[in-house]
Amino acid sequence: MKDAKPPTNKGGLNAEIQSRIGHQLRAMYDDVVRQGVPDRFAELIRKLDASESTSPQVNNAGDFSAKNDGRD
Amino acid sequence: MPLTNQLRDDILASVPNLRAFAISLSGNGDRADDLVQETLLRALANIDSFQPGSNLPAWLFTILRNLFRSDYRKRRREVEDADGSYAKTLKSQPSQNSHLEFEEFRAALDKLPQDQREALILVGASGFSYEDAAAICGCAVGTIKSRVNRARSKLSALLYVEGADDFGPDDTVRAVIGGGGR
Repeated sequence: MKDAKPPTNKGGLNAEIQSRIGHQLRAMYDDVVRQGVPDRFAELIRKLDASESTSPQVNNAGDFSAKNDGRD
Repeated sequence: MPLTNQLRDDILASVPNLRAFAISLSGNGDRADDLVQETLLRALANIDSFQPGSNLPAWLFTILRNLFRSDYRKRRREVEDADGSYAKTLKSQPSQNSHLEFEEFRAALDKLPQDQREALILVGASGFSYEDAAAICGCAVGTIKSRVNRARSKLSALLYVEGADDFGPDDTVRAVIGGGGR
């Protein structure tokens, strides 16, 4: 999405506002997404996982931070 | 399905989005992280009910959304975030110039009815389809569409019509009419 060249004519005003709202919403949201996984959650899953499965499974997918579950 | 390494990693990979959803919903960073933690515990406790191959983020979002709503009424007064503690949860502070705009936006978002706010966030920020958002909220696709539309028009009224008087016409009006300061 481009945020350059907003229309200034009357008909474009609403579209421009909607575009700004969309941009602000995503900026707010993505600020949090970019914080990644706080330690407390990685820790939590690790503990639960360890208590659940005592049989050692090979962890071949340790790099969670690189994934973003489908968002661009 | 059982909790495989892959599934566990996928759940963990959803955490950043779950947090963003929770913070957007609640406007409160601490409350949001508690919600995410509860969501993860629920998800893992009920992992057998997750259908392999189905949409994991949508499943997790559904759990979080239901948890949030189940005690929203109880807590709504204590979680009011009038002094903007949400902004403090951000590691990267918005630039000084956009800070006011950010606060205004957050305040306007908080004024939306709950149904509209969650629909807008799911579709406009989390990137879910209308169909997925409808499944998460347990309503019809058309309902989601109309909530999103109402949310957008209410926000634009709050931010760009009423807001012009409340927060100073200079920035807001110039940004809209003049096409922003860039």
